[in-house]
Amino acid sequence: MGMVYLDNNATTPLDPRVLDAMLPFLKGEFGNAASRSHQFGWTAEEAVEKARKQVAAVLSANSKEIVWTSGSTEGNNLAILGAARMYAEKGKHIITCRIEHKAVIDPCKYLETQGYEVTWLDPDGKGRVSADQVRSAIRDDTILVSLMFANNEIGTIHPITEIGAVCKEHGVLFHTDATQAFGKIPIDVNEMGIDILSLSAHKIYGPKGVGALFVRRKKPRVRLVPIIHGGGHERGMRSGTLNVPGIVGCGEAAEIAMNEMPTESVRIRKLGEKLWNGFNSQLTEIFLNGDPDHCLPNTVNVSFLYVEGESLMMGFSDLAVSSGSACTSASLEPSYVLKGLGLGDDIAHSSIRFSLGRFTTEAEIDQAIEQVVKAVNHLRDLSPLYEMAQAGIDLSKVEWQHH
Amino acid sequence: MAYSDKVVDHYENPRNVGTLDADAKNVGTGIVGAPECGDVMRLQIEVDDKDRIVDAKFKTFGCGSAIASSSLATEWIKGRTIDEALALKNTEIVTELALPPVKIHCSVLAEDAVRAAIADVKKKREDTASLETGAAAAGAASSMT
Repeated sequence: MGMVYLDNNATTPLDPRVLDAMLPFLKGEFGNAASRSHQFGWTAEEAVEKARKQVAAVLSANSKEIVWTSGSTEGNNLAILGAARMYAEKGKHIITCRIEHKAVIDPCKYLETQGYEVTWLDPDGKGRVSADQVRSAIRDDTILVSLMFANNEIGTIHPITEIGAVCKEHGVLFHTDATQAFGKIPIDVNEMGIDILSLSAHKIYGPKGVGALFVRRKKPRVRLVPIIHGGGHERGMRSGTLNVPGIVGCGEAAEIAMNEMPTESVRIRKLGEKLWNGFNSQLTEIFLNGDPDHCLPNTVNVSFLYVEGESLMMGFSDLAVSSGSACTSASLEPSYVLKGLGLGDDIAHSSIRFSLGRFTTEAEIDQAIEQVVKAVNHLRDLSPLYEMAQAGIDLSKVEWQHH
Repeated sequence: MAYSDKVVDHYENPRNVGTLDADAKNVGTGIVGAPECGDVMRLQIEVDDKDRIVDAKFKTFGCGSAIASSSLATEWIKGRTIDEALALKNTEIVTELALPPVKIHCSVLAEDAVRAAIADVKKKREDTASLETGAAAAGAASSMT
């Protein structure tokens, strides 16, 4: 068997059906969607508007509320910076959380240098922020709450509907980064009180470099100061010639994801449970990070105590996963998400994220279980920490030589 | 990042994994690093009367490069004298395992572990020696009464 890809929260392969939809626009149909004077432009515009409807349908939104972007990093920047600049006269206070994606954290940190104040909520041990926490943090000058729909590392889903209601109650805009949730679990922007929502095509078997931002048009009408200025495309919120093949792919990917969600979410959740049960029946001293009661169907984040994540990944070279360990990142810092849950650095170093997807098979899960169990046992034989723990030594009381 | 073949070999077939009796007076134990830093190395040596390292064992919690560095270190110091082992430099480990710059700290840790194990066995010997001198003096004193 070849490589097993269990890193679908990082990116997903392009679905062949999406590629088929895109191909005409990579070949003959090259028109600019903004060209209003000839057939080339009309064909492109028609394709873009169809995709807009396909994306809007997944959110129960109106297609006029969809703004095309290059992906969620741009979408999050446009949402946060755009709202902050538009509503600066109303106030300069923003609420977010410590375990957001960097594409939310960094624009917020930037705003802190520009005279804005940010409240960084602490999630609970499972990664959730409560509506009450949001309520307590809202002030008279609060203009925006930005909280992700579901976390990329642990899959935890926030109580979005309750948070949306609190924001409505106080007249504060609610932005959610739905990069991981879009197309995987039901989203209704009206029922959930969402005003701005970011999404990305490449997380749902679409192409890279394209995404969308839902920007509410009614109750309230949300206005954003653009970060890219130019020809006034996308209701002035995002200038630049539209990426027609990418947008067509995004629309097709969204429609497929919506149609298959009822069966796929059940199938994938079962595979995820099989993975966890496989580990749990053969290994001791492991635990599941996140909130099993409020979790994406595809994300299984496990800490294998006394073994380090990078060395563990070396043990299953034909399994593609990612780790919260320091060694996998350029920063040499372990996952700030796992640390944000109050887990120690040692546990963050021992964590692996398995993110399943549309093309994951049961045989691949069996293969993953076998390889992971073998690697954990191999490394525990090598681990002084495992030996000490087995001998009853409390590792938290040992005086380590930090370096 | 791809690992060198030598790192992979030490990872898959680590040399000298195990535990020596840390209480034995001719065994030195060095534990360096901390779990929250993602690396803990324990390196142990058994030394004969002529200061020669007759056995070496390790266990490491850490990345593949940390495991390989400590495995290689035990291989190199076995059969050497304490002074020869003290001359071991982390840069030799870096070269042998072709470690990238981001993994140099793994080799430093291995060098530190060797030094800590040697320091431990030396300290035990000094303690034993002073204990024996003390006992002899006490014996002499009691015979005088």
